[in-house]
Amino acid sequence: MPVRVLVAKPGLDGHDRGAKLVARALRDAGFEVIYTGIRQRPEVIAAVAVQEDVQIVGLSILSGAHLGLTEKTAKALRAAGADDVLLVVGGTIPKRDVARIEAAGATAVYPTGTPLEAMVESFRALSSEARAPS
Amino acid sequence: MDDSVRSEAGIPLKASYGPDDLPAPESIPPPGAFPFTRGNFAGGYRGRLWTIRQYSGFGTPEESNARYRYLLEQGGTGLSVALDLPTQCGYDSDHPDVEEEVGRVGVALDTLADAEILFDQIPLDAISTSFTINGTAAIILAFYVAAAEKQGVDGAKLRGTIQNDILKEYVSRGTWIWPPRPSLRLIADTIEFCAEEVPRFNAISVAGAHFRDAGANAVQEMAFTLMDGITYCDEVIARGRMTIDQFAPQVSFFFYTHGDFFEEIAKYRAGRRRWAHIVRERYGAEDDRSCMFRVGCVAGGASLHAPQARNNVMRVAYEALASVLGGVQSMFTAAWDEPFALPSEESATLAMRTQQVLASETGVARVADPLGGSYYVEALTDEVEARVVEVMDDLERRGGMVKAVEDGYLHGLIAEEAFRVQQAMTSGDRQIVGVNRFQTDEELPEVEGYELDEGGRARQLERLAEVKGSRSAADVVARLGALEKAAAQDDVNLMPLLVDCAKAYCTLGEIVDVLKDEWGEFVQPTVF
Repeated sequence: MPVRVLVAKPGLDGHDRGAKLVARALRDAGFEVIYTGIRQRPEVIAAVAVQEDVQIVGLSILSGAHLGLTEKTAKALRAAGADDVLLVVGGTIPKRDVARIEAAGATAVYPTGTPLEAMVESFRALSSEARAPS
Repeated sequence: MDDSVRSEAGIPLKASYGPDDLPAPESIPPPGAFPFTRGNFAGGYRGRLWTIRQYSGFGTPEESNARYRYLLEQGGTGLSVALDLPTQCGYDSDHPDVEEEVGRVGVALDTLADAEILFDQIPLDAISTSFTINGTAAIILAFYVAAAEKQGVDGAKLRGTIQNDILKEYVSRGTWIWPPRPSLRLIADTIEFCAEEVPRFNAISVAGAHFRDAGANAVQEMAFTLMDGITYCDEVIARGRMTIDQFAPQVSFFFYTHGDFFEEIAKYRAGRRRWAHIVRERYGAEDDRSCMFRVGCVAGGASLHAPQARNNVMRVAYEALASVLGGVQSMFTAAWDEPFALPSEESATLAMRTQQVLASETGVARVADPLGGSYYVEALTDEVEARVVEVMDDLERRGGMVKAVEDGYLHGLIAEEAFRVQQAMTSGDRQIVGVNRFQTDEELPEVEGYELDEGGRARQLERLAEVKGSRSAADVVARLGALEKAAAQDDVNLMPLLVDCAKAYCTLGEIVDVLKDEWGEFVQPTVF
C-alpha cells in the first residue's frame, strides 16, 4: 500500500515551485501525494492530515518563518491526535536552523541546496519508520 | 538543420546566422522610433542611465529607513520597498495568525504612521520609490500619497511604481486577497487616480518576473505578461472614462533576467516591439509614447544556486549585462547569498557594485542598442516574438487571462515547464556549474545573512497599539463606512476614499476587512 504524503505550505509564503516539484517527484516515486496549496493555517494542515490519513506531512517554507511555523504545525498535529504522523520541513533554511527545527518537532529537515533525489530517498527511508495506514 | 541545439525556451538555433536572417528594415528602425525594437530612446542610456534599484526592506520601518538611507548614500538612485507578507496579504501586525511573519521578508506597514517613519528624511520629490505590492497596492499607494503630503510634497512630483499586478499573484506569487473581478476594478481605480493625481507615478508594473521564477520560460514569461497588460488596459478602456493615451505612459513592466544571454536580450527587444503594436493597433494609441514598453528587471532569483554559491556573483553580472543590452530602464541585482537568507549589508553592497561597474567601467551604455543589426540577435528577436504571439493566441482562444487563472490552466503550464527544467538539470541536459558540473565537496557556506531584530515585532505592535489609541475613533468609523458604501457601487473610484482612510490612520487590516466583507476572498486552484 503506497505511503500517503501531505505537502503543505503554512504561513503566507506564496513560493510553491519547490513544493510542487517535490509533490510531483514523490508522486512519480510511488507515493500518494496531496498538496494543500499555499497560505494554509497549521490547524487546517493538521485537519487535512487526519482526514486524508497521511503518514508524512512535508512543510515547504521559504519566508524565513520556518521555526515558528514548524512549532505550530507540530502542536496542531498533536492536538488533532496525529502524534504518529512524521513531520518534515524544507525550504530556504540556513544550516544553523536545522537543529532548532528538529527540536521543534521535525523528523527531517531539507535545507537550501538539498537535491530532489536525496529528498525522495529520505522519504523512502522515513516510510519504513512511518506507521501503516489505518 | 540540426535542431538539437536549443535556447533555454526551446528555440532551435543554427550554427551561425547571416544576412538572410535579418528582418525587414521597418521592424528595426533606429532606437527611439516605433515600434521601439531597438529601445525607447534615440540616445539609449545617454539621456538617463538605468535606475539602480535594490530591493530592500525588513523589520521595522526604522530599520528599513536606515538601510534606505545607506543605499542612497552609496549611490543608489531609487528605492525599492520590500513589504512583509502580512502587509502584502492584508493583515495587521497584531493579527494572531501572522506573528512569525511580521517584518520578515520586508517591512511592516500597518498605518500611515509607519509610512511616515519609513520615509523620514528621504526627500520624496527627489527620488523614485518602487513598491512590490499587489493585493494591497491601492492601500499602500494611499499611505505613500498621504506620507508625501505630510512632507509637503505635491503629488505631481512623486515618482515611482506600485507593482499592483494581481493576476500573476493568483498563479505564482500568492499574495492575493479578493477574487479577480473586484481586484481588477481596484487596479483600474488606481490607474485612473494616478493619471489624475500623481501623473509621474507608474500605477502598475505588470510583472512576468514571478511567472518566470515559478518555472515559466522566457517566451511564456513575456507572453503571460503581455496578456496581463492587455487585461488591465481592457478593464480601464471598458469604463469609457479614459483613452489609452491618458494612462498607457503610466503602465510599466517587470521581468526576471535569467542565464540564457542572447535569449534574454531578444526577449526584451521582442517585448518592446509586440507591446508597441498592441497599444497602437488594439487600443488606437495616437501618441507613440503610449506605445513604449518601460521595463524594470531583476537579475537573480531561480537562476541562482546554493552549491558553490559565490558563483552567483558571476551569474548576476552576466544577467545584468544582458539586461542592459536588452535596454531595461531599471534593475535590481540580487545578492549571491539570496538562496540562503536575507542578504547581509556586504552582499547587498556587492550586488549594487556589480551594476555600478557595468555602468561606469565597461562602456556598454555609451551607444544605444549596440547589438542592433546582429544577424543572430535580430533573428532570435523575431523568433521569440513569433512564439510569444503563439502563446498569447492560445490564451485568448481559451477565454483570456482571468479564465486561465480561475481554471488553473496557467498554473499547469508553469508547473509543467518547471518540472521539465528540473528533469533537464537531473539528466545533465541543462548544465549548472556546481550543481551538475564541476561539483565539489565544498560545504554550503554558513552565510552571515541578516539577523532579524527579535524586538522589532514587539516595537511594531507597540506602535500599532499607540496609533489605535491616539486616533479619532469616530473618524475611523466614518472613513471605513464611506469606503464600504463606495465598494458596493461599481462606478465610484475608491482611491480618494482610501487616501481619506490613510489620513484617519485606519489600519491596512481594517481597510482590507471592509473590502473582504463586500467582495469575498479568492480560492486558488492547486495544480502540480
